[in-house]
Amino acid sequence: MVLLSEILEKTEREGSKLKSITVNKHLEVDLDLGTLLAVDPNVLDKKSLDENANDYLLNLTRDNVQILFNQVWELPTERVEEAIVAKLPPSKYVLPRSKPVPKPKPLTKWQQFAKEKGIEKKKKAKLTWDEQLKKWVPRYGFKKARAEMDKNWVLEVPANADPMEDQFEKRAVAKGERIAKNELQRLRNIAKAKNVKVPRFGIVNTDKSSSKDLQTAITVAKSSTASVGKFQEKLPHEKEARGIAKITPGASSRKRKLPPVSAEHEKSFNLAIVESVLSKRPKLDIDKVVSRQIHKAQPPSEEESSGRKSKKVAGRKGQRKGGVTKNDSSGRKSKKGASRKNQKKGGGGGRKRR
Amino acid sequence: MKRLSEERTKILFEKLTKYIGPNVKLLIERPDGLYCFREQKDRVYYVSEKIANLANTIPPDLLISVGTCFGKFTKTNKFRLHVTALSYLAPYAHAKIWLKHAAEQQFLYGNHVSKSGLGRISENTEKYQGVIVFNMSDVPLGFGVAAKSTVECKNADPLSSVCFHQADIGEYIRSEEDLL
Repeated sequence: MVLLSEILEKTEREGSKLKSITVNKHLEVDLDLGTLLAVDPNVLDKKSLDENANDYLLNLTRDNVQILFNQVWELPTERVEEAIVAKLPPSKYVLPRSKPVPKPKPLTKWQQFAKEKGIEKKKKAKLTWDEQLKKWVPRYGFKKARAEMDKNWVLEVPANADPMEDQFEKRAVAKGERIAKNELQRLRNIAKAKNVKVPRFGIVNTDKSSSKDLQTAITVAKSSTASVGKFQEKLPHEKEARGIAKITPGASSRKRKLPPVSAEHEKSFNLAIVESVLSKRPKLDIDKVVSRQIHKAQPPSEEESSGRKSKKVAGRKGQRKGGVTKNDSSGRKSKKGASRKNQKKGGGGGRKRR
Repeated sequence: MKRLSEERTKILFEKLTKYIGPNVKLLIERPDGLYCFREQKDRVYYVSEKIANLANTIPPDLLISVGTCFGKFTKTNKFRLHVTALSYLAPYAHAKIWLKHAAEQQFLYGNHVSKSGLGRISENTEKYQGVIVFNMSDVPLGFGVAAKSTVECKNADPLSSVCFHQADIGEYIRSEEDLL
């Protein structure tokens, strides 16, 4: 009897220690059974957290784990070697990645251009039919060089070329140039992608230079002095090449401020420029000369006999009154009359009228 | 604000001589003090030396205008006169055109001057010379380029252009925002 009552007591005590498997929550706990994850969206009780954080969090965790395992028990289970195993569904929760998303590769200059222009890459067959060799020849790579050699075993010397020139060598050199250019472009693309500054050097000589190239060459050459071209004299009408600040660091004189001078000095300087502008010999103005010549050639008799009728045509109201005001003292009084003369002549000498 | 380079000063003076001839000297040699040309964001300003020195204390980015704006240098390094320069050009003008009252408004709306609108023209105006346009009561209205010389003008047909419009005081209202 004693034994039995003890056991009863013990189970009762233990029973009261064990907590209920039903847990009430204000908001439902988010569960992801695949990863055995429970996320509790409920607000923490501030008061009990302050009083006894450890116990409070322990209880809270127990409750949440209870909810999680209530759900786990509802999953289909099976027995594997004395252990009960639940089959977990696939997880819904997406874990954030630990590393940043890789950046897209920077485009090469050509790719960028193609993208802007909407040029798309076309798939080309590896082999092409060669009419001359009557066989399939690869576009590049293995057996291409051999095929090229078979095809071009002899080369024509162009009509205007030096007959002693080796055409095969010329081809080889041209190909070497192309390869070198491509390599340069490849390296430049890499430098651009890695944001490395590549020092540039002068101007590359080409067979045929445009006037723009030559201008750039002049400007670069001029700035290649110890004082970055500060004391180089300018030729008349010389223009400075634009957009070469990159090649000539520190030499773009366009940005440079002029040294300060006294106002008096500046004035005299400006006056000298005005003098030079004014003393420029005017270009031969053909129109002016012709009109002057016509004016001189007018016989004076006709001028006097210019009748009323002609006056009406040319000398309109305003012109007759104040007509022509003089602002220089060349003293050509007959000017007014001269123009009228032309008018009057009519069919005869009125060449200008037409 | 910076001094004009020699090249640009030359371009500026070449342009000014088209309108006022040797009177350009009078703009530099003034009895009432020293005046100079200054450049700021490709605009050219005509300022008294004193004010230019004061303006030097203002950072260039914040400086909007100083003195009188004469015009601007284009990207191709040519100089364009603005209507704001008119008050300095008009008194020294070499070639002048007077407009009839009826043609005044047409010109102020930015149209060329036709022969029919021409009141008077100064003698010896050359073709393509810079001319200052006045109304009959001698108020400067703007400036342009003579499309015909004085002699040609007389024989011209009334609808043909006599002067090509370049700037007029109507711009103060029409294009207020891009005057400077």
